[in-house]
Amino acid sequence: MDVNVVLSYVAFFALAGLTLLSALAVVTLRNLLRSALALVVTFIGVAGIYLLLQAEFIAAVQVLLYVGAVTVLILFAIMLTERLMEARLRQFTGKWWLAVPLVVLVLALVVVALLGAVWVERPKEALPTEPVASLGEVLMTRYALPFEIASVLLLVAMVGAIVVAWPIRDRLKAVEEMEKRVIRAKAGWKEEKPGTSEGERVEVAR
Amino acid sequence: MELLIQGLESLLGVFLPYWVVVLLAFAIVITIILLFPTLLFMLMTWLLRRGIARIADRIGPNRVGLGPFNRERTRQRWTLWGLMQPIADGIKMFTKEDIVPEKADRLLHRIAPIAAIVPSFLVFAVIPFGKGLVATDLNVGILYVVAVSSIFTLVLLVAGWSSNNKYSLLGAMRTAAQMISYEVPMVLSLVVPVLFAGSLSLNRIVENQGAWLGLRWHIFYFPLGTLAFITYFIAALAEINHTPFDLVEADSEIVAGYVTEYSGMKFALFFMGEFLNAFLVCALATILFLGGWQGPGVQLGGAWGYLFSIFWFFLKTFALYFLLIWIRGTWPRLRVDQLMHFAWKRLVPVTLVNLLLSGLVVIVVRTFLS
Repeated sequence: MDVNVVLSYVAFFALAGLTLLSALAVVTLRNLLRSALALVVTFIGVAGIYLLLQAEFIAAVQVLLYVGAVTVLILFAIMLTERLMEARLRQFTGKWWLAVPLVVLVLALVVVALLGAVWVERPKEALPTEPVASLGEVLMTRYALPFEIASVLLLVAMVGAIVVAWPIRDRLKAVEEMEKRVIRAKAGWKEEKPGTSEGERVEVAR
Repeated sequence: MELLIQGLESLLGVFLPYWVVVLLAFAIVITIILLFPTLLFMLMTWLLRRGIARIADRIGPNRVGLGPFNRERTRQRWTLWGLMQPIADGIKMFTKEDIVPEKADRLLHRIAPIAAIVPSFLVFAVIPFGKGLVATDLNVGILYVVAVSSIFTLVLLVAGWSSNNKYSLLGAMRTAAQMISYEVPMVLSLVVPVLFAGSLSLNRIVENQGAWLGLRWHIFYFPLGTLAFITYFIAALAEINHTPFDLVEADSEIVAGYVTEYSGMKFALFFMGEFLNAFLVCALATILFLGGWQGPGVQLGGAWGYLFSIFWFFLKTFALYFLLIWIRGTWPRLRVDQLMHFAWKRLVPVTLVNLLLSGLVVIVVRTFLS
């Protein structure tokens, strides 16, 4: 067998083993922070498998988003929640009798799907010289709608997070302030500050 | 890589099977990639200490040279401007006591310093140091660099948390927040030269700047390229916690930040990570905006072209590093709120508009002028 093929087999099994072992650690470790760090290893293992498949872009994005952003977010959440930082959590709930059949079912589904799959060993067309460029083009033409919907979803999530993080007293105060302003504008009152205030603009609009 | 394998095979192919030769070639390349940054780190600490000393009107380390090999020791003739100081520092670091706080998470406390230098070493694999002098020319080069360096943030958090010290944790949180904030304008300004070159590969970006005797650098694409260079440099300074964004080292507030509980060689490893990141920032700025290894003389055939390319690359990179030293020696530090304010309300809008305009210009030029 060719040396490169042997090397890629070695790399694949090393990466797959790393991914599986660290994934096991994520769900069994009792220290939450260590679980989160084991998750990092899982992500890196998956990125390595993407690299083996010559999907460099996906691998880089995997590391950038999952390792660099998502896990940092998880760590922040753990560190800022005092109760979680010290605790040694139980990782098994009493509902295992419900979980086991579900897991078996999912596993069966995956196995059936894998057995029925058609494996493509080589792409039909030659790979483009700039894979990222063609990816971007497809994203902006054929998959423009899903792309935009995803970004709107993220925006909504961001606005929601800000609203949730805003102390409720300040939020109420802001709403009160806005209501007062609306009432004043309806009554045709002027704002305290003359000049560029909203009351005057309303009047001009009338 | 293939060349190296062929060369080794013609030399050793008689004695060794082919797969040993392949492994040997990998080992040689990896050794070079591991050794080079270490030597670079030593040189940079010396440069920094001498440079800061000059700015502060001191002399700096100028004693440690090849003294033991000099017969007339008293005359101090072979001091070599103190160039051997880093070796003395290294020996000192090795002999220091390795202290782990009692209630620290021992495993993570040990892993963090090692993990701190891994990203920097990994980035060295894709940096083109000269014409054809790159370990692997990834076609997503820049993205790889950004992705791998983002791991450093994670390491900081782990180091700060595992020390079980409030100053460590506070320093780590502060740094992580800073790095996440400044990553946004940094990446946004990195994309501008990518648009100019039409590729994410570092090598192809450098080649794009080869016209006009190797002087058509992206920084000369006025004003878009120039602005992108400036914003990149500022954001990158914050990204590596350099002055004026070195809040981690605000001793009066948080002792030494995330490295408070580290001593000896572990501390040195964090230090090394920071120095290598500083070098990588300068190298990336060189590659993306200052033409990389392009310059007059690179067009020559044969060995001269290669030598010129290496010369230009290191000249530009170290010129930028001197700029860093200069800033470090002369600028005061920002406050935390000023830092965040500057990142989100100044840098991000500027870089966003710059990126949009660059995209527009590139499209217009491609459709109408070619």
